[in-house]
Amino acid sequence: MAVTGTDAVDTTGASGVGSAGGTGSTGGTTAETVETVFRIESARITAAAARVVRDVGLAEEIAQDALVAALEQWPESGVPERPGAWLTAVAKRRAIDLVRRGETYARKLAEVGRTLEDTPPPPEPADPDDIDDDLLRLVFTACHPVLSTEARTALTLRLLGGLTTQEIARAFLTSEATVAQRIVRAKRKLAAAGVPFEVPYGEDRAGRLSSVLEVVYLVFNEGYSATAGDDLCRPALCEDALRLARVLEGLMPGEPEVHGLAALLELQASRVPARTGPGGEPVLLADQNRARWNRMLILRGLEALRRAGEGPYGPYCLQAAIAACHARAVRYEDTDWAVIAALYGRLAALTPSPVVELNRAVAVSMAEGPEAGLGLVDALTDEPALRGYHLLPSVRGDLLERLGRAEEARAEFERAASLTHNERERELLLGRARRS
Amino acid sequence: MPRFMSLIQVDEQSIATQAPDPDFEKRMGALFEEITKAGVMLDTAGLAPTSQAARLHWSGGKISQTDGPFTESKEVVGGYALLQVKDRAEALEWARRFLEVHPENWNVTAEVREIQEGPSDPSELPCP
Repeated sequence: MAVTGTDAVDTTGASGVGSAGGTGSTGGTTAETVETVFRIESARITAAAARVVRDVGLAEEIAQDALVAALEQWPESGVPERPGAWLTAVAKRRAIDLVRRGETYARKLAEVGRTLEDTPPPPEPADPDDIDDDLLRLVFTACHPVLSTEARTALTLRLLGGLTTQEIARAFLTSEATVAQRIVRAKRKLAAAGVPFEVPYGEDRAGRLSSVLEVVYLVFNEGYSATAGDDLCRPALCEDALRLARVLEGLMPGEPEVHGLAALLELQASRVPARTGPGGEPVLLADQNRARWNRMLILRGLEALRRAGEGPYGPYCLQAAIAACHARAVRYEDTDWAVIAALYGRLAALTPSPVVELNRAVAVSMAEGPEAGLGLVDALTDEPALRGYHLLPSVRGDLLERLGRAEEARAEFERAASLTHNERERELLLGRARRS
Repeated sequence: MPRFMSLIQVDEQSIATQAPDPDFEKRMGALFEEITKAGVMLDTAGLAPTSQAARLHWSGGKISQTDGPFTESKEVVGGYALLQVKDRAEALEWARRFLEVHPENWNVTAEVREIQEGPSDPSELPCP
């Protein structure tokens, strides 16, 4: 069989085979099997190689080498019984070879100050826990705070989410070249900064963990409320984030905030089908058809929140608890706003932010009336961080409308419309301005 | 990301006569952990035997009911797994792994069906 050797590898690097419209044939060729297995396992293969070479960029190249080896050998030898383990073993062997003879490694040694004796070749087949450890190292390295948020995001989606450069570019409405450049620079920066390929324990653990969770949260949010473009929501990106959160739950079952983040994302995602109308226009929480909420995701979210334990809750658990309050309300009128307002109060105490305060104001207005909410919102109008934030006038407009102050409400909705960058949201706000 | 329902079809009669195989259960447990950790498994369950089931049939404007067990069917749905993966090839790869943990003398079919998603998301619609 003429395997498309390097061509296939290039395709994988650029766009992924199979996603390009599907080949349609049943059964699939060996090359397809190789690429599918590789996609499923690539994070683990890269992680296993990175533990040996201590360089994420180099590890990714080694993983690609293992893919090439499989493309060459499997058509002849047949697909091995445990294809993932085969790929990982090849990658590790290459990594160790490279370490033994390569000058690259000598340089690495100098950089990280380790000796070969410290990293004996791991036994095969690999212990799943070992691989989990490697994956976790990869997570913490790709999300290292030495990298910008953008770089962390691109690297994480690439190395852990298994997204191609093209897919990342499409998700963030940017060019493929920009993303590729961003990833290359990120890898270089990690190497130059001598970031160790390690899971942090001890006092910087909490900070490093929040750096990881932030990346997943931002990816989800970019999909959930697209900050730019014509679509209100890009569900594919939400799903990528959700998958990452689920993977993190498996890797760090002892971290309540990881469960909290997963719970939050499952619960938010459960509302995606109801958040947009037939024409793609946004539908507010109060007007959503709750029958369209995805029950399975709600249950998964509540279950993840339960796994987070009794607390004290961190910021993600608190946000998940708020989302859970909405999820539990069968009708909008059933929402327990007093509990939500209290949860926002705890969130504000933990992570003081004008945006949280604004949300608290909404909850308070629902629990105690628009007057009480307006008082809290008015205290925020001079907040520099909220200058240009469309939700401030939007909320204020809503409260004024409920107080019967139509003229002021209209002005606020118009102001909010002029501030949002999302087309769909602008239409919604202008509609409200017209009606008030 | 598309979702796939893997419908696991088994020969109920032959399974009922199998001795428990702790090694098989261990392999299955390990695989389920792997699928879950890959962030792929959304939901899975085994179904109670068809002796407890009923089939309701609508035909000619009338309901008829057949109570289990469905001995006339060689294979019946015995469980399901709901997976969310990038494409069909990935779903098939997980189904293959699922089947491979079973003992050699078993007959199991995994029918892998893509979930028809709502039209709310044009990007997820199949490309011609």
